[in-house]
Amino acid sequence: MTDTAAVAPRPGRPPRNPRIREVIYQILFISIVVTLAGFLIHNTLTNLRRQNIASGFGFLDREAAFGIGESLVAYSPADTYARAFLVGLLNTLYVSALGVVLATILGTVIGIARLSSNWLIRKLAQIYVEAVRNIPILLQLFFWWAMLRVSAPAPRQAWELLPGVLVSNRGFVFPVPTADPVHHWMLLAVVLGIAGAVGVGRWSRRRQTRTGAQFPSAWVGAGLVIGLPLLVFLAAGMPLKLDWPELKGFNFVGGGAVSPEFAALLIGLTVYTGAFIAEIVRAGILAVGWGQSEAASALGLKPGQRMRLIVLPQALRVIVPPMTSEYLNLTKNSSLAVAIGYPDLVSIANTTMNQTGQAIEGIAMIMAVYLTISLIISLFMNLYNRAIALVER
Amino acid sequence: MTDTAVATRVGEPIIELRHVDKWFGDFHVLRDLNLEVKKGERVVVCGPSGSGKSTMIRCINRLEEHQRGQIIVAGIELTADVKNIEAIRREVGMVFQQFNLFPHLTVLQNLTLAPIWVRKLPRKEAEETARLYLERVRIPEQADKYPGQLSGGQQQRVAIARSLCMKPEIMLFDEPTSALDPEMIKEVLDVMIELARDGMTMVCVTHEMGFARTVADTMVFMDRGEIVERGPPAEFFAHPESDRTKLFLSQILSH
Amino acid sequence: MADIDVTQELPLLVERPRPVTASPLAWLRVNLFNSIPNTILTLAALYLLAVTIPPVIRWALVDAIWHADSGRACHGAGACWAFIAEKGRFILFGRYPYQEHWRPLFVVVIFIAMILASCDRRLWGRRLALLWFAGLVAVGVLMWGGVLGMTYVENERWNGLPLTLILATVGTLFAFPLAILLALGRRSRLPAVRGICVGYIELIRGVPLITVLFMASVMLPLFLPTGITIDKLLRAQVAIILFAAAYLAEIVRGGLQAIPRGQYEAADSLGFGYWRRTRLIVLPQALAMVIPPLVNSFIGGFKNTSLVIIIGLFDLLGAANAALTDANWQGFYLEAYAFIAAIYWTFCFFMSRYSQMLEREFNKSRQR
Repeated sequence: MTDTAAVAPRPGRPPRNPRIREVIYQILFISIVVTLAGFLIHNTLTNLRRQNIASGFGFLDREAAFGIGESLVAYSPADTYARAFLVGLLNTLYVSALGVVLATILGTVIGIARLSSNWLIRKLAQIYVEAVRNIPILLQLFFWWAMLRVSAPAPRQAWELLPGVLVSNRGFVFPVPTADPVHHWMLLAVVLGIAGAVGVGRWSRRRQTRTGAQFPSAWVGAGLVIGLPLLVFLAAGMPLKLDWPELKGFNFVGGGAVSPEFAALLIGLTVYTGAFIAEIVRAGILAVGWGQSEAASALGLKPGQRMRLIVLPQALRVIVPPMTSEYLNLTKNSSLAVAIGYPDLVSIANTTMNQTGQAIEGIAMIMAVYLTISLIISLFMNLYNRAIALVER
Repeated sequence: MTDTAVATRVGEPIIELRHVDKWFGDFHVLRDLNLEVKKGERVVVCGPSGSGKSTMIRCINRLEEHQRGQIIVAGIELTADVKNIEAIRREVGMVFQQFNLFPHLTVLQNLTLAPIWVRKLPRKEAEETARLYLERVRIPEQADKYPGQLSGGQQQRVAIARSLCMKPEIMLFDEPTSALDPEMIKEVLDVMIELARDGMTMVCVTHEMGFARTVADTMVFMDRGEIVERGPPAEFFAHPESDRTKLFLSQILSH
Repeated sequence: MADIDVTQELPLLVERPRPVTASPLAWLRVNLFNSIPNTILTLAALYLLAVTIPPVIRWALVDAIWHADSGRACHGAGACWAFIAEKGRFILFGRYPYQEHWRPLFVVVIFIAMILASCDRRLWGRRLALLWFAGLVAVGVLMWGGVLGMTYVENERWNGLPLTLILATVGTLFAFPLAILLALGRRSRLPAVRGICVGYIELIRGVPLITVLFMASVMLPLFLPTGITIDKLLRAQVAIILFAAAYLAEIVRGGLQAIPRGQYEAADSLGFGYWRRTRLIVLPQALAMVIPPLVNSFIGGFKNTSLVIIIGLFDLLGAANAALTDANWQGFYLEAYAFIAAIYWTFCFFMSRYSQMLEREFNKSRQR
């Protein structure tokens, strides 16, 4: 019944009132942190001044004076550091996005293979996962890079994987279709096909609600999206002119090309992350209790319906959160490009830091970019989780 | 044998097990089972754990495969043929010990899922049937809730309603009250008693002997994969023939 | 550490128990050819194996060259294992003085012994902590030398496998207390403490390890008062500690969250203050619950040490790359990488098997 606030603290002991105590602890904590930070900052500024290194982000407007091997946008050494950073950022996003798509496909296939009733397929998938997961990714990247740069032959003796697709120590080359006005019509056809698929889907759902009759809307929709452009293509007389890579001198000219660094990074990231995604997919499907499949079977649902209506919706709930973590990991692992010479963000920032000496700004920029990517991906995942959460008491 | 259900009249056999054997690896779990269930009959199967009683009823709707012998349900022989299995599953409803409701669907969606996708009913008709059965199991107000929000007894009643929505000829119960807290067992048994009174053919694996005495036409005792004894409940409980039956009954009925 | 290990050896629920039939022919039929799609898959897989495995065996064993005097003599159709024979000790121990190689070898043995000892449940607790302390002191003495008649070896020459082990274990050991503080801080009621802990954890977990390594490598010298230098090994070690602490903190936080509220209430009703409650009741239970993820975190850390090559330290991977630059032995990267891949894989595989075994036991005991 005593009013704790009114009781005077005994000398030498901390104040009794817990709230006051908390405030005091926080003030203490903050002052320690601030003092430490101040000490570090003071040292840093002193050291920077002694070494004649500038501070601030003004260097971004200076001329970069270094070349970049591959870039999605136009770049020359006369451009600013800011533009160089942009090139690096785009390269990082490009290889990460491709990696995420490929790794998801590969990982899902391997994950399902690990659950197959076929012993051989199961074992092969298991060997792949166990081998890849226990070897550091940097080692795997070095391996792929060495395969593509050292072991691969000179362009004159390039390996031919498929007609027109060649591998040499200058990278992959492959034929690309030359631009043709038909392509615009084909794109339009794709858009129409998608709209048609959506329409068919909606119509068939409504019909099923009304009459119970089922319609293979998925197949029909896929047929539209693929078939319409195909029709346009055929109607225009099948104009398929490919730009084939040709050996001119010591290298290839024409066609599309991909550098060995990019290919090594992409292959390495896909193979490594694919193994982890395989385990996530497998765990997700197994997490849906066996009883769910049994109940669905007992009700008479066919295996396809079972998977689509019961197993997959529940499995996705378990799969999506760790899957997005793996996407994040893949994006972060793409920073290892600096070790094999692909000009991603970290690689370019590294070069910049070496040239200007402004390491703090450079590192801060890299961290800001990766933090933003992480936050965006986390945000989407949280939204998704909240939308599909199972309702419980 | 056809692949569509033959209409059976009351009193005619609707489930037949002839010399059924099953192995799990080296373990002989069902030994030369012979059983006949007539339409409208209520059979209660009891026995110690590991006796194969769950396995037997799970063989009836092909959740387990038998290796030898014949199983004939509603005139259709149960083989590896998918068409036969699907036809049989349309006529046989199953209630599980662990309920196995679909947690990502509402109660109503749980009930209408199979009628829409298997019997291809329009949604309105499926929902009407669903609400009807929810009334029969006495929880019509829970239609839009999710299974996670219901108690165990309510979930099991929803599970029963879910099977009933397919209008099966036969209902199989695999220890339906074993996973329930004691105070909820009665509400589920009441629903099952009502079902029996309405003439449903039932095969029920359970330890609830009071329920068995009320409802069963035939008691079946299984031990170590064999049917040891069978008969009407009055004789079964009063004058069990085999020693194994006597031992089991003494253990079960003492509390 | 950055990769979440979702593997649990869950039983293969898709495959129901199949009758064991006596003849291998029946086994083949059931497991490999039980349906048309499966038959096609099996045949395709067998074809793939037939096309890839014999050339690999030919390269690795049949055509391999086991003894050679120089790189030129060793180039053939097969693997050049003479390269490993020649460079093996360099890959394992780097530029450590040749005569003193017994010391890093001993260090590796000590580490393996300590890791194996940590697996023994009976030692968990204070004895294990003492064991690790003694082990690390022994490692330090052996690597540095300068006492007991051993020559002094500066830590720039610590390379190869001992460096990998040191970075990984010291990193995890020192990160652990920091992680506990961070996890407790993140759950604290005091907003200032919570804010700083959350900020640290999310910052570190959101960026790649390489940026933390760069940060340590470049910025730590700037943070220190002029005149005080800090050598590369220590910089890398600090970076690894800071990085590991953020991930370990999340794992510990998971354990803290799993403790039922009743435990806190019981401790409070016994009159325990915050720190005593944490030390005696909360932490022991939380940590016991998350041991498998902790082991997985260590495995991740072990793999992550390979990144120090980027800031100029020569761990196992770095030493292998350095070995490949010898002008006399050019182009044997497959052999070198296979060699160290085997070492990494052995460590990681057995540790992950151990962690899975632990998880199975924990799950069993929790199921009552």
